[in-house]
Amino acid sequence: MFRIIEKRLLAPDIWLMNVEASRVAKAAQPGQFVIVRGTDDGERIPLTIADYDREKGTVCIVIQAVGASTRKMVALEEGGALADFAGPLGQPSEFIHEDPEALRARRFLFIAGGVGAAPVYPQVKWLHEHGVQVDVIVGARSREMLIITEELRKVAGNLYISTDDGSEGFHGNVTALMKELIDNRGKRYDEVVTIGPMIMMKFVSLATREYGIRTIASLNTLMIDGTGMCGACRVSIGGKMKFACVDGPEFDASLIDFDEAMRRQRMYKTKETVADHRCRIGRGE
Amino acid sequence: MANKIPRVPVREQDPQIRATNFEEVCYGYDLNEAQLEASRCLNCKNPQCMAHCPVSVKIPNFIARLLEGDLAGAAGVIAEDSSLPSVCGRVCPQEAQCEGACVLGIKGEPVAIGKLERFVGDWELEHGGAKRPSVASNGHKVAVIGSGPSGLACAADLAKLGYEVTVFEALHKLGGVLQYGIPEFRLPKDKVVAREIEKVKALGVRFETDTIVGRTVTIDSLMCDEGFEAVFVGSGAGLPKFMGIPGENLNGVLSANEFLTRNNLMKAYLEESDTPVYVGERTVVVGGGNVAMDAVRTAKRLGADAYIVYRRSEAELPARQEEVHHAKEEGVKFEMLVNPLEIIGDEEGWVKGVRCIRMELGEPDESGRRSPKAVSGSEFEIPCDTVIMSLGTSPNPLIASTTEGIQTTRWGGLIANDEGATTREGVFAGGDAVTGAATVILAMGAGRKAAAAIDAYIKGKTE
Repeated sequence: MFRIIEKRLLAPDIWLMNVEASRVAKAAQPGQFVIVRGTDDGERIPLTIADYDREKGTVCIVIQAVGASTRKMVALEEGGALADFAGPLGQPSEFIHEDPEALRARRFLFIAGGVGAAPVYPQVKWLHEHGVQVDVIVGARSREMLIITEELRKVAGNLYISTDDGSEGFHGNVTALMKELIDNRGKRYDEVVTIGPMIMMKFVSLATREYGIRTIASLNTLMIDGTGMCGACRVSIGGKMKFACVDGPEFDASLIDFDEAMRRQRMYKTKETVADHRCRIGRGE
Repeated sequence: MANKIPRVPVREQDPQIRATNFEEVCYGYDLNEAQLEASRCLNCKNPQCMAHCPVSVKIPNFIARLLEGDLAGAAGVIAEDSSLPSVCGRVCPQEAQCEGACVLGIKGEPVAIGKLERFVGDWELEHGGAKRPSVASNGHKVAVIGSGPSGLACAADLAKLGYEVTVFEALHKLGGVLQYGIPEFRLPKDKVVAREIEKVKALGVRFETDTIVGRTVTIDSLMCDEGFEAVFVGSGAGLPKFMGIPGENLNGVLSANEFLTRNNLMKAYLEESDTPVYVGERTVVVGGGNVAMDAVRTAKRLGADAYIVYRRSEAELPARQEEVHHAKEEGVKFEMLVNPLEIIGDEEGWVKGVRCIRMELGEPDESGRRSPKAVSGSEFEIPCDTVIMSLGTSPNPLIASTTEGIQTTRWGGLIANDEGATTREGVFAGGDAVTGAATVILAMGAGRKAAAAIDAYIKGKTE
């Protein structure tokens, strides 16, 4: 069991949990994820790592309560415990293997949408700690759905906010804000890292391709074990079959077949499942 | 005359009924049936059954004890060589091992050794085995990676020798393939798997779930920081293979690993499970091994019209005979000498059929099996909603890629000698991680050999 030492509501249905998991905290790197089961009858849910503290042995996760298992998970209270917390999984972000000197010469832009702000944070923080100043765009539907912005502001070079309804920051989506920065505010970037809904990452990727900016996207596919065993997470990268759990979750966005990935992500939402005869359409899992 | 008695048939759930539930197919023998079957054993001087058991269970001895009514004694005889008799009695390919070598099988039916082992194993789980003297710790720590058959066998043997053994399991439940792979109707999880593991725990073995070696910890951190003097890698099969044909990423195409893990580990077949599973009206399973049989019979139980598509003929099916027989009884359809060419999708990207071609058998290939060749012009389509690929696995690179000094074969299996020693000192390996997909009992055999080698290695180092 993994004790929940802190639980906070960040936005409607979006919770932050700080969890005691000393081995995961010790091994975690930016870009990686964990597989969590809240309760003993819950699904294995892949969640990105939002922060970690090696000394305290804690790992931070952000959970959007959209399905049966995530709802049970966020019903757990501070002082309670998660049944399972396995990780860190996946490949760390590739920049952690690079010379910080070389990284400082490159201009990074991180583009996060929705709960994607959570996994962007440890990447930006890592770069900040290695003397690399990066720009960050965080987008959400509206002001109340923005998360982690205060934390990001402390480690980002510039933090730009966009909301679909214009209730805070730029009025529009993240792609439009990126274009605004490049076209009208004289910003130049060598590399974009984008994490968020697949549809957002697809459009970011299409836009950066026009600017010729190398782009990395982090894929949140279906997964069961998260260690390569089930193959549910397979994606087409440059026409080759890759497993997001062991080969990713981060890939060169220009090579990702986003349409296929989005279709596969909806697999169990578009069919009524035989085993339980419960319709899952619209449950957003 | 003992050998005039016909092999005692085993009671099974009615095929029509069991094809709609997940309860165990085979009820097993009761004491009378078991003793009658035991009386058929000739107690050969040179028992071939034992010679053909990968862990060398003293088969005639345990059968003799069973016949005398000394069930605890029979269990004790098996326990000397196998820590999982209730599992092995159910899932070993006996026809290719002990029973295949039984003298009675030359002219008639061999002794039902598997069913007898299961009876004794289940009796022990029910009544508690002979009390084993507790072994004092010898102060040496050994790590075992993976709680599947090879890891459990290795851990049990080492614990009996006094080692402090910790087993690290990546998933949230123990048992490896016994838990995620083999279905409930063939190997009950609470009644058999959990209780067999309790027996290993009773030997003093510690278990840590949710620990992925190569990610959560590494072999180096276990040996350098946590004081483990030796490591046994029994990490199992790995990544599912696909055919490389068009349409494999359509919705409704999944690996047998995924399908079985959803059902067995996550209990997706139960109403109360949050994990979804979909079979549709017709499911096609590609492959002919035990995993394919498990997948197709699971799909059948979920309500699908279930097909096996296999490119060789029935004689070459690698699955246990009993599984093929059970599958047929349950109404699974077998399309033999058929190979998929392409999976066809509808406009929404869901499977709607498999385009196949008929095959014929040519000359034997390097595996000794006659290799199939396509019959030109014989293409046809099987309409279906789900396609399950059961084509075997390739080794998981996680451990090899995160451990200095461990070498792998060209196809990615860990290199280990006959005793299980890898190319790195103090690190041993066995089971599917070394051999590629094989059987529970071969993995157990490898785990036992490695336990002996680890004992010799640590003793040699400390002398």
